[in-house]
Amino acid sequence: MTFEDWFRKDRLPHIYCAGCGNGTIINCTLAAIDQMDWKKEETVFVSGIGCSSRAPGYIMTDSLHTTHGRALAFATGVKMANKKLHVVVFTGDGDLAAIGGNHFIHSCRRNIDITVVCMNNQIYGMTGGQGSPTTPQGCLSTTTPYGSAEPAFDLCELAIAAGANYVARWTSYHVKELERAVLAGLQTPGFSFVEAMTQCPTNFGRRNKFKQVADQVEFIKSHALLKVKRDRLVEEGKEVPSDMFVVGELARRNRPAMGVQ
Amino acid sequence: MMRHEVRFSGFGGQGIILSAVILGRAAVMYDSKHAVQTQVYGPEARGGASMSAVIIDDEPILFPKVTNPDIFVIMSQEGFEKYGADAPKNAGMVLDSSLVHSRPQCRYFEIPATREAKQALKRDIVANIVMLGALVATTKVVSDSALEKAILDSVPKGTEALNIQAMKKGIELAAAALTNGEQKA
Amino acid sequence: MTRTEFCAGYPITPSSEIAEECSRRMPLIGGIYMQMEDELGSMAALIGAAWTGARSMTATSGPGFSLMMENIGYAAMTETPCVIVNIQRGGPSTGQPTMAAQGDMLQCRFGSHGDYSIIALCPSSVQEMFTLTAQAFNLADRYRVPVFLMADEIVGHMREKITVPDRVENVPRRELAKGVLPFYPEHDLVPGFATFGKGYGVHVTGLTHDERGYPCATNVRLHHNLVKRLVDKVENARHDVADYDIINPDAEQVFIAYGAPVRTVQQVLHDNPDKNVGFLRIRTVWPFPEFALAQFKNAQRFLVPELNFGQMAREIERYVNVPVVSIPKLGGDLHLPSELTAALGGWK
Repeated sequence: MTFEDWFRKDRLPHIYCAGCGNGTIINCTLAAIDQMDWKKEETVFVSGIGCSSRAPGYIMTDSLHTTHGRALAFATGVKMANKKLHVVVFTGDGDLAAIGGNHFIHSCRRNIDITVVCMNNQIYGMTGGQGSPTTPQGCLSTTTPYGSAEPAFDLCELAIAAGANYVARWTSYHVKELERAVLAGLQTPGFSFVEAMTQCPTNFGRRNKFKQVADQVEFIKSHALLKVKRDRLVEEGKEVPSDMFVVGELARRNRPAMGVQ
Repeated sequence: MMRHEVRFSGFGGQGIILSAVILGRAAVMYDSKHAVQTQVYGPEARGGASMSAVIIDDEPILFPKVTNPDIFVIMSQEGFEKYGADAPKNAGMVLDSSLVHSRPQCRYFEIPATREAKQALKRDIVANIVMLGALVATTKVVSDSALEKAILDSVPKGTEALNIQAMKKGIELAAAALTNGEQKA
Repeated sequence: MTRTEFCAGYPITPSSEIAEECSRRMPLIGGIYMQMEDELGSMAALIGAAWTGARSMTATSGPGFSLMMENIGYAAMTETPCVIVNIQRGGPSTGQPTMAAQGDMLQCRFGSHGDYSIIALCPSSVQEMFTLTAQAFNLADRYRVPVFLMADEIVGHMREKITVPDRVENVPRRELAKGVLPFYPEHDLVPGFATFGKGYGVHVTGLTHDERGYPCATNVRLHHNLVKRLVDKVENARHDVADYDIINPDAEQVFIAYGAPVRTVQQVLHDNPDKNVGFLRIRTVWPFPEFALAQFKNAQRFLVPELNFGQMAREIERYVNVPVVSIPKLGGDLHLPSELTAALGGWK
């Protein structure tokens, strides 16, 4: 089997825009799952609302496409009622960190045995490009026409603080690293959180001076700071550039977990 | 037909609701009667006067709320003022004379339940069970054996002997009140 | 295979005792109790659990019930069997947390956005809390709808004699037949259930979907047909799910009640056996059994005591040509028998 065998072929073509990074992230996730030797009938995808959350509809397993922000609460019910099922959640920055923030915190605290892949495009893509809790300060969106005034959320730090067993961040550019991170997350009992920074050419890029898709991917690539490099800078007492985000495996631990079979 | 409406009042922590639950359980489970137990409940009831009620009847009980209580069990002065002072003349009241200083217009029995629980039984927490013993001894609203079984069903493990002792103390105090002719008109 | 029992909850007065008992008892029968972070989460978790085949429930009251509304609509749209217990308290807002009301009767019917139908049962005794809860699960599985047990603080906190049978009837959920699309309706408009983990590969979405379960959110005809079926599958079953008692059908004055006020009406009838007063006592409140009203052929007026300002009286008015007198009681107390007797007496 390859990752392509997981697709629901009668649902193609998908709704994602040309240049969207979500397809890459779905491929990486399915490639990781394919290495787990999971049976399709024992795998469930759950999602909320937004572009990211359309992903389960393209995958050939049981899946729940739920209400905005609540994917993790639905997933908790699925997992706790049948621990044999492998539960993977696709979500986005608005779905997870804004309207669903409380479920995110408490799923990490419970350390429930599910894996979450968050497609962070720093914008509400599906509704037309409104600012989200991860829109960087100064960036333009349809609801931050003068530049976002609010600080952005660091979702990985939040997951670590709240108790997730596995936390990693990569990007839609780092496909091999992302696949390996999802695989490690799937293998780690307890709550695994993998954040994938991704481009949204339609609603983020074109408002924020990324004329081509490649410009935004290049930006993401060049602003990803490897965790080892960040740690070295900190060790040497040097400043960590404020416009960069850390990538790599940020937490892997063995706190007691819920819902492990 | 026998129908009694029993109202309990005291302050939060005395076990006013538990008393009503035990009485209702005794009636239903061990005397084959019908009973409905209700209460005023919530944070307001905790600090001030707490109230619970039981209706006991041979027939199924339709309207479930106590409207005309004929038996009062009063364990605090505030409880008396709020839920006992208006007791009608033909009612009966068992009051904890160690905590209630007012007296009603109706027939009543002075039972120093809290004092005796503290002094004779070394645990004032069982004062409500002393009152239940006295209630049953003076009114026969349920049988002694039904009350005893219902108490055993309801109290925490390891405290059974203490609670039965408390019930018997209540029966004893009521007997003294009755034989001494202490019940007032 | 025995079915998992699942309860998700969040503490709220006056329903918390149900969460407490579920947390104590569920593990003893191999079930699951999850205390979620809020009522949105409770409602979500129980829907998730239901799709694994579990019998799922939650219990709440006023403010929590309001928070559940979005996912109740999701359950209606996705045809997820589940049971929601509402121990009604005084509203609006935080209102009277410890006092009884029946103020959510229209919210349970219409509270989520869009058109749909549900089933709601109203117990008026501790015995009915038991029997109607069991019935609620069976109806939820039978019709694949959220079923509401609309109790109130009086019934919810009352203790009285009940008889627990040795066995409770447990209607199994109808499983999806092989080779049939997961949202293809059978003759009764209810599709078979594609339990997660059994290889159906079903996609469940709150978006307007076709019989495969795939989103088709801009298809005008498909949306109309889907929503019509969601409503019709319940409304067509109104005779099958109806549960009511009729007393003195020849009477000119007729009480209609559900929930705790039933007890007061029963007392009034008991105390005035000569008055020839009719009584329609309703357990299945939604869908409303309007056909029962026609049995009171001599009715000159209907008297409807409710712990609200006439929520079901408004529904009854839609079906009868005689006066419907709402007898509201707010504040937490039950109507006194004398108050209802007085309402009768004023009639000549």
